[in-house]
Amino acid sequence: MNSTVAANEPRLAQAFVTLLRRDLLLAFRRPAEIANPLLFFVIVVTLFPLGIGPEPNTLQTIAPGVIWVAALLASMLSLDGMFRTDFDDGALEQILLSPHPLSVLVLAKVIAHWMISGLPLILLSPLLGLFMNLPAESIVALVLTLLLGTPVLSLIGSIGTALTVGLRKGGVLLSLLVLPLYIPVLIFAASAVEVAGVGFSIAAQLSFLGALLALALTLAPVATAASLRISVS
Amino acid sequence: MNRFVAWFHRWGSPKHFYDMSGRWAPWMAGLFFLTFIPGLYYSLIGSPPDYQQGESARIMYIHVPAAWMSMFIYAVMAIAGAVTLIWKMKLADIVAQVSAPIGASFTLLALVTGSLWGKPMWGTYWVWDARLTSELILLFLFLGYIALTTSIDDKRQAARAGAVLALVGVVNLPIIHYSVEWWSTLHQPSTVKVMGKSAIHMSMLIPLLLMSFAFKFYYAWVVLISARAEVLDRDKGTRWAEEAAGEKGR
Amino acid sequence: MRLEVRDLAVERGDRLLFSGLDFALDDGEVLQIEGHNGSGKTTLLRVLCGLGVPSEGEVLWNGRPINRVRGDYFVDLNYVGHAHGVKGELTALENLGVDRALGRAHPNMDGETALDELAMGNYEDAFGRTLSAGQRRRVALARLFAKQARLWVLDEPFTALDRKTRADLEALIHRHVSGGGMVIVTTHHEMALHECVVKNLTLGL
Repeated sequence: MNSTVAANEPRLAQAFVTLLRRDLLLAFRRPAEIANPLLFFVIVVTLFPLGIGPEPNTLQTIAPGVIWVAALLASMLSLDGMFRTDFDDGALEQILLSPHPLSVLVLAKVIAHWMISGLPLILLSPLLGLFMNLPAESIVALVLTLLLGTPVLSLIGSIGTALTVGLRKGGVLLSLLVLPLYIPVLIFAASAVEVAGVGFSIAAQLSFLGALLALALTLAPVATAASLRISVS
Repeated sequence: MNRFVAWFHRWGSPKHFYDMSGRWAPWMAGLFFLTFIPGLYYSLIGSPPDYQQGESARIMYIHVPAAWMSMFIYAVMAIAGAVTLIWKMKLADIVAQVSAPIGASFTLLALVTGSLWGKPMWGTYWVWDARLTSELILLFLFLGYIALTTSIDDKRQAARAGAVLALVGVVNLPIIHYSVEWWSTLHQPSTVKVMGKSAIHMSMLIPLLLMSFAFKFYYAWVVLISARAEVLDRDKGTRWAEEAAGEKGR
Repeated sequence: MRLEVRDLAVERGDRLLFSGLDFALDDGEVLQIEGHNGSGKTTLLRVLCGLGVPSEGEVLWNGRPINRVRGDYFVDLNYVGHAHGVKGELTALENLGVDRALGRAHPNMDGETALDELAMGNYEDAFGRTLSAGQRRRVALARLFAKQARLWVLDEPFTALDRKTRADLEALIHRHVSGGGMVIVTTHHEMALHECVVKNLTLGL
């Protein structure tokens, strides 16, 4: 008797994995939504040499900032999809009505979002580093900072997305809310890429990014969960 | 403790707030003029010019209190946000919402005065000084709050969403401030600071303090009268609100 | 189990929809909510589920406010709303799999048998977007069996269903209530629920 009761009691780990898998599956069945922000990322970075001129030293100077700003904007583009379709078709309500802690379920969705939007960005970034004439050390630093920084973007972005999901014209508002909060990530990451190019240690910048990630990981899901409950009400 | 709770609840009642704010607002206005007029006198005439910066240092008596107010008001909004979320107190959310435009104005004032001060000091109206940059980002946070709360139709929903945003912002503010400071020392190690770390002479401290008190009283005054109007507007249709509005009309 | 509503007032925008609403629902009872369009039926259901916030009063589950006992309440709650959350890019079975994982999976029924209950057994592997509106609603209703919950909250469940499925759903509701379950449903449809305690609530009088 007891064992059957235990067998169908809701399990958090299972809900977490199922939700993560569901979001990945949905994304792979709508591949354009993964590809478009990436394409945007590449095109924006390509515009700079065309606008400024292909002088290698100039490109190298602006590259860390340009690539990172493009990464911020690309992540903004993909954010809107995090809760929007679920909100529109009612699936979000079902998630909110789960007996599990909402912040943990939210984390599953954020991780899925990062795997769809952040990870491909990281894989593409060395190529853009080459475009912008970055030295090898800087490209390594670029990948490392993206690895630590893009999850923070997804986490902070999830709060803004959750706050604006109920609004019809949420997109522009979302960038107004979220971009100022991205500034610390931009500062530390771009500086690491720049400093690595001239051969300095980037340990300080990476530890700041790590600290930001730890903080975002603990606080953002709670804020996002609260925001979602507000947005559906 | 019980007396505190009772006091807290009374302030939560719209009618009580309407009556009390009506009584308090003139006092705040009085205190504002009482500090602002001598503050202006000491700022402009009664204090000596700075031996390095000359007369243009006087702009600090507006700039610094305005910058303090901008952060103070954001903190007030975050605290009000916490009260809104935890105790669902209507008044707290009204205070937060009427504070936002005032806070944005003070931030703008700090930015404009900072840039006016920058012209004689740096030779240009805008330098990416750490304080000015932080202040600019703070302005974005205020504008983001206003944009969010005004685009949500339902007032209670807007209040709760704004509360979450203000709390997220207040956690981020020190991080943003610190990272901007770090960034600025990295890129321009030797600029003249808007406010040096050196000890301030008494003759400059008096106008600074007077002005900062004046700004606080001004804020309190404006919050009271605009929250009063908002309380009345939200409770329109209830008997006390109709009576209160009727008294005014007569 | 007992769902109780005390002195509930609900606003939408600036407009008061209703106030002073009291009722209680016990095991084996049905609450049928009626009212003209815009009287706040859906809003009331959302408040009962904890999705909406009442302006006054509270909703109690076994005597405690639902926002204090979310975990206990939600495990026994099955809500099929107007937007029923069937994903177009997932198959019927995958949709139910997610629902089962999010809540308490039914011990004696899996996704397939749950779909059978609503005569959707042949559409297990069909994607949500290829189904008709009525079929999608049936997939959503199959959630009632994929997930085991005491309280069903159904918002206009009979819309978009054909006559045969309406009768089936009625029988299923009847079976659930006879087994001690609770159902809250908004509908204008006359349900033939014999030997059940059916309470009626009309909004917007």
